[in-house]
Amino acid sequence: MFRTAITVAALCLAPTVYAKTITVDAGEGAQERLQEALILAEPGDIVMLGAGRFDLTDGLSLDVDDVTVKGAGMDASVLSFAGQLGAGEGLLVTSDNVTLRDFAIEDSKGDGIKSKGADQIIYHALRIEWTGGPKATNGAYGIYPVDSKNVLVQDSMVRGASDAGIYVGQSDNIIVRRNTVTENVAGIEIENSYNAEVTENLATKNTGGILIFDLPNLPQMGGHSVLVARNAVIGNNTDNFAPEGNIVAEVPAGTGVMVMANLDVHVVENALINNSTAAVFVVAYTQKFDDPNYDPTARNVLITKNIYSGFGFAPDIPGGPMLAQAFGGNLPAVVYDGLGKGFVLADDIPALDLGLTQVGQSVTEAKPKLYDRPAALPVQALKPITLPAEMEARLK
Amino acid sequence: MRTFLAALAICFAGYATSASPTGPAVADHVIMGEGMPHNLSEYGFFRDSGGREASEGVKLYRLNSSLFTDYADKFRYIYIPSGKKMIADEAGLVTFPVGSAIIKSFGYEIDGKDRLLETRILLHRTDGWLALPYVWNADQTEATLKVAGKRIPVTFTDPSGEERSISYAVPNKNQCKECHALSGEVTPIGPKLRNLSRDSLAMLTSDAVLELKSGQHHPMPDYADDAVPLEGRARAYLDINCAHCHNRKGSASNSGLYLTYEEDQQVHLGIGKRPTAAGRGSGGRQFAIDPGRPEESYMIYRMASTDPGIAMPEVGRSLAHDEGVALLSEWIEGMGE
Repeated sequence: MFRTAITVAALCLAPTVYAKTITVDAGEGAQERLQEALILAEPGDIVMLGAGRFDLTDGLSLDVDDVTVKGAGMDASVLSFAGQLGAGEGLLVTSDNVTLRDFAIEDSKGDGIKSKGADQIIYHALRIEWTGGPKATNGAYGIYPVDSKNVLVQDSMVRGASDAGIYVGQSDNIIVRRNTVTENVAGIEIENSYNAEVTENLATKNTGGILIFDLPNLPQMGGHSVLVARNAVIGNNTDNFAPEGNIVAEVPAGTGVMVMANLDVHVVENALINNSTAAVFVVAYTQKFDDPNYDPTARNVLITKNIYSGFGFAPDIPGGPMLAQAFGGNLPAVVYDGLGKGFVLADDIPALDLGLTQVGQSVTEAKPKLYDRPAALPVQALKPITLPAEMEARLK
Repeated sequence: MRTFLAALAICFAGYATSASPTGPAVADHVIMGEGMPHNLSEYGFFRDSGGREASEGVKLYRLNSSLFTDYADKFRYIYIPSGKKMIADEAGLVTFPVGSAIIKSFGYEIDGKDRLLETRILLHRTDGWLALPYVWNADQTEATLKVAGKRIPVTFTDPSGEERSISYAVPNKNQCKECHALSGEVTPIGPKLRNLSRDSLAMLTSDAVLELKSGQHHPMPDYADDAVPLEGRARAYLDINCAHCHNRKGSASNSGLYLTYEEDQQVHLGIGKRPTAAGRGSGGRQFAIDPGRPEESYMIYRMASTDPGIAMPEVGRSLAHDEGVALLSEWIEGMGE
């Protein structure tokens, strides 16, 4: 027993004993010096970025478990990819238990930071920015964890992504909190993912603030159990600048929160302010698909305890202005397609029911009417998301 | 004392091999050792310092179809330790014994002289495969490890006679793995049975370094061979150029686009498949493959681009492969008929 305790203690101490800090300064040869540090790092190590601007010519990558990459602050240590010649992102992470914190990625040609199959990843106090503001030529995603279990994205800032500022795809057990996302097409997008909390973020000046989506023909489908709570979703009225073909190119400017094809999504205690089309959309995936395992409708969506102010005053949907006129000048705050089962609107605000009866039906066949709310059914709260204690401890 | 004897033994071994008419042997202990040797010469894969003449046991082989890497000339070798064999199973997948190495050199004819730029090696150690890039010096006398990769300006004449000036990218160690990963583990790509040229297959079996299990062996065609039906050429091209990432266990598994030679689901092959995370890689197009309309297919758009935010593959080329773009465009065009 005693011996076991000692062994355990030794194991716990081991990373601390051998961990080292590798400092990489900005300046000449940054590409090779930084990439080499990321390759030669060993589990437990900290790769410390100096203050200043790192001019990089190629995407960076990290494939070592238990490594922290830490800068001198999101405005102090800047990895600039303005001169990038190769790779699909600024930084790619493919190992587990990685912490990325306190630095910036600017003007990457593709995505900002992508992590794939990288479990227990932490993105903390990062800035990902396309410095020219919203442009179709900007990279797609700012912060892009995919195919991962236990994901934490917090206290970061993303601006200018031509798809989503923060995009979590095909992952499980996720917290996205206290971030600022601005002038992206989608501020935050949770796609084909399970068990997520999106809380206390500021989403402003995007095309759409917060999107909860599920798409067909992907390895992980059936997105479910997502809490969108205590976010400030304000003035997301930027014209959609996503390249066509991508799903977010379909999002109307002026969207606060959009739930598409998911199960058990709760939109709770958010401030939904001045989003010109709608505060909340609850809709099915409308494009043609061939996938027997995919449910395109939005099921068990709960909307409750939100604050609304300014919505539907310039609806960016086909026939929008006419519809708005029919409803007395403004589209109602919530737009529901009439298809998803278990829809519960507990807030005392008007909603538009598009009255669709089939998935994929053209909106020209919609029979829009004010949503006639049934007696609210009791809704069970979502299970709180708990990340491994080790993750929270890493930030201390 | 024991250490001394061991050192003595090594000295004698060195003496013995250098005295033998076949030249120095491959250094098995370096392949199998720990760490990352600084110089390519430490492995002894080549008799000459210029990396041209393969040592005993290092077999030059060829593929039916090969990956496009900016028109570089490529020289591929397999080393199997003495007395061991690689074994091909019924499905044509090859298992390499521990201690094997796969070596691939890249170069161009520049100013009338053949020059090597880099040599990438895969070492099969007891804890799995390790991928390392080595860059040749200007004198062509040694290649040294560059784990972080390197960019080398190169001017050469392409097969059509056009002069090209590029910033040739030697991949970094992680990028080697990006293409060589299956479920996150480094894995050889090229030497699958179906990829090996008939001559190479015959040579490897007759030299007794390759053992074939029973079963049918269907070679994948050479995509450059006009005599092969278009479908086979296009699918071979996709397999060898894209499927190392675009398969169910590869780096691009999350895309849902699977381009292996065996893939039989149309939507996963890209037909009518909408972009997943393509961003501006979609180029405003709706589908990876829009049958009959190559100009509306983002697969073609991405292949034809050299912009890092758009181009596919993401690693390994700075030029578009015009012949590949033409081949796949013709294939997609034909789907509309």
